[in-house]
Amino acid sequence: MSAEAQGATLVAEQFDDFEQQKHADTFGMWLFLATEVLFFGGLFCGYALYRSLYFEAFTAGSHLLKIGYGAFYTVLLICSSLTMALGVRAAQLRRPTSLTVYLALTWIMGAAFVYIKLRYEWYGDYVEGLVPGLHFAPHGEALEIINRFHATLPHLSLFFIFYFCMTGVHALHMVVGVGLLTTLLIFTRQGKNTQGNYNWVEMVGLYWHFVDIVWIFLFPLLYLIGGRY
Amino acid sequence: MSEHVHPKRFYVAVFVALVILTAVTTTVAYVDLGPMNTVVALVIAVCKATLVVLFFMHLKDQAGLTRVVILAAILWLAVLIGATVNDVFTRHWVPSNGPWQSSALMTP
Amino acid sequence: MSTVALESPPTLPEVHYLNADYGWRSWLFTTDHKRIAWLYLFAITFMFVVGGLSATLMRLNLIEPSGLLFEPASYNKLFTAHGLVMIFFFLTQSIPTVLGNFLIPIMIGARDVAFPKLNLLSWYIYMLGATVFIISLATGGIDTGWTLYTPLSTTYANTNVLSATMGIFIAGFSSILTGLNFIVTIHKMRAPGMTWFRLPLFIWSMYATSVIFVLAMPVIAITLALIALERVWHVGIFDPGLGGDPILFQHLFWFFGHPEVYILILPSMGVISELVAAGCRKRIFGYSFVAFSSVSIAAISFMVWGHHMFLTGQSVYAGLVFSALSFAVAIPSAVKIFNWTATMHKASVSYDTPMLYAIGFIGLFTIGGLTGLFLASMGTDVHLHDTYFVVAHFHYVMVGGAIMGYLGGLHLWWPKMTGRLYPEAWARFAALLVFVGFNLTFGPQFILGYVGMPRRYAVYPAEFQVLNVLSSAGASILAVGYVIPLIYFTWSALKGPIAGPNPWGAKGLEWTIASPPPTHNFEQTPIVTEEAYAYGPEEAHVG
Repeated sequence: MSAEAQGATLVAEQFDDFEQQKHADTFGMWLFLATEVLFFGGLFCGYALYRSLYFEAFTAGSHLLKIGYGAFYTVLLICSSLTMALGVRAAQLRRPTSLTVYLALTWIMGAAFVYIKLRYEWYGDYVEGLVPGLHFAPHGEALEIINRFHATLPHLSLFFIFYFCMTGVHALHMVVGVGLLTTLLIFTRQGKNTQGNYNWVEMVGLYWHFVDIVWIFLFPLLYLIGGRY
Repeated sequence: MSEHVHPKRFYVAVFVALVILTAVTTTVAYVDLGPMNTVVALVIAVCKATLVVLFFMHLKDQAGLTRVVILAAILWLAVLIGATVNDVFTRHWVPSNGPWQSSALMTP
Repeated sequence: MSTVALESPPTLPEVHYLNADYGWRSWLFTTDHKRIAWLYLFAITFMFVVGGLSATLMRLNLIEPSGLLFEPASYNKLFTAHGLVMIFFFLTQSIPTVLGNFLIPIMIGARDVAFPKLNLLSWYIYMLGATVFIISLATGGIDTGWTLYTPLSTTYANTNVLSATMGIFIAGFSSILTGLNFIVTIHKMRAPGMTWFRLPLFIWSMYATSVIFVLAMPVIAITLALIALERVWHVGIFDPGLGGDPILFQHLFWFFGHPEVYILILPSMGVISELVAAGCRKRIFGYSFVAFSSVSIAAISFMVWGHHMFLTGQSVYAGLVFSALSFAVAIPSAVKIFNWTATMHKASVSYDTPMLYAIGFIGLFTIGGLTGLFLASMGTDVHLHDTYFVVAHFHYVMVGGAIMGYLGGLHLWWPKMTGRLYPEAWARFAALLVFVGFNLTFGPQFILGYVGMPRRYAVYPAEFQVLNVLSSAGASILAVGYVIPLIYFTWSALKGPIAGPNPWGAKGLEWTIASPPPTHNFEQTPIVTEEAYAYGPEEAHVG
């Protein structure tokens, strides 16, 4: 099939041409990301309010988080953004094997993020009694830190609700992202994303980078409150 | 959307910058800057986000409409947070008991 | 009358979007925006009946000061159901998903929306949300009021808060995707020559509405999720016991809630522009002012939400800012009213049903809008907040405004959607009943609120009975006014006289194609060379 004929079959019938479809697809995804900004935004609004009101408790809570995890996740997600961006590039250049490799790498890093968070960090928080609603009973060294910052337990509980909500909603988005990558991998195996229409790869890429950006803000806002000196 | 394909090293350069900024933000947290800790951390976060948006998300190559969408989302979020925080922090701004105010309206 | 004399009676096109394909699969899996509009129409009409029944039972109860039929606990469930259904499952969808879906691609000269499959997905999501919500109602209902204030909704209510809020949460995503779809469609799919300032004003309103969908609905989504969190795990960020602030909930809720009511009215305003232009056969006076007013209403609507919270303990200073901005948001709405009225001045007006609804809107929305100013002013709101004055105010804008526009639009475009005419005499009669019934229902409520009857009460002092009975009597007339169109629309879709492409002699791309249109709307992509509402002097009968 000639390139033009191939191009024609790639354009959905409501569009006049490939350019229009591409512009529409990308614009649509950016609009969706704008809705996500407002979705997370509600949580950031509550966070901003309570952090201003209860800075001591938020500082104490932040010190009870393991900065190592936070930094590790940040670097992991930045790596995954790199592989995602390179994947988009591979699709642009019509290289199915490269695309598959990059998508797979991104997939692995995303899945690792979720797994490590749940299995190690959150489980650890649970054991330490830092999960409001399930098991909230800080003890030992945690209590020392709480007292050092003159925080109260109810306010600390508020911090941890925000911590689990914000990272939880973020993790949910990562899971969705991994699901999207799975579909992309399947389509790539079917030869779809490297025939000139790489819109889907681009759109999933935008979503993935956005989720990365949310984490870029969550890291300092949750793990680095009040500094670690 | 531009068809221009960036070379691999372009993306790797952005990646390196992001990792460096992450290292900076983590290290600076161990330095006592008082309230500036928060400011520095947020400024670095904004820089990282900007790098991701401009280069990984190809905003640099896109038409102005996309920038409007991003700006609108950020602006509206700022309105939400700003007005809410404004409410809570001005609750003690009770109007003064001037001659035209009925004392029955005042709450202590 | 407005019809154009034809040489031969109009006929239905041989193949159109309704008969292009048969079978339930061709409807439930359609991606044709026109068929999706019908899917929504049936769904939301069902929800309207549910919401209307709740209102009927409420008004029946209020005939007696001691409450004729219900204990307060049950009455609370009725007004909550009425509010939630009407707002989240009827009005939010009404014009956007029925008229918007049907008309937007046609009015801009496109074959379909930008993302037809996403459009269908929006309907599926709506149906899922509506089903969850109906089940929630059927298994006990919810009694917190549509505003779901904490800590009642999070801690103390022992009704179906979780399932009801989940139904709304799901339906909200339907709206977000529809808004997204419309924005991309309007930006990217306009026919050649269809510049922004040649667009029909309905498109401007729908664009502004879609922007609000995209920015406001995600906030209610996260807020509902936070309610769910507290219902399930008993930990919440609004809990004063933890240092939380219940007012934070109200900020988050109303940040969505106020723009939401502009989602409800803006599409209707867009319809009114179309009704007035068609009914006067004249270009809308001050087209660009009306277009910009839609956009400014959308923008300013996001900055006024605190006027719902003047009495909650919100700071007086914040109240001042919200109050001032609330006055400001009235200005673009007033601009529209002036411009529609100016359009009617010295025009040859055809008083067909669509125009009757438009005129009704202009009067009733003016009353509704002006009474909003009493509520925007903190001094008077102290007395009027949570009284029937508020109820009357928002019904004047929601029913006298939004529903009038919806009904008027349905009448104007019914011939396009079905290829057949509805019976004009019955339609005018129903419009009259709606107008009279509506005013009799809600006019007395202004007085009731002024003299102090609180809203959401199942019982009231005996001296308010006359006004309440008047209101309930009005509601019964209004109900008849709503049922009659159900009957004649159904009849006309099957047996009405054939309409032809342009029974009104109106301008607009939708009137250049057959009634009903072919599946792909246009045989060839139209090239637009004239302004919107380009009625020449021979059509305008200016006198």
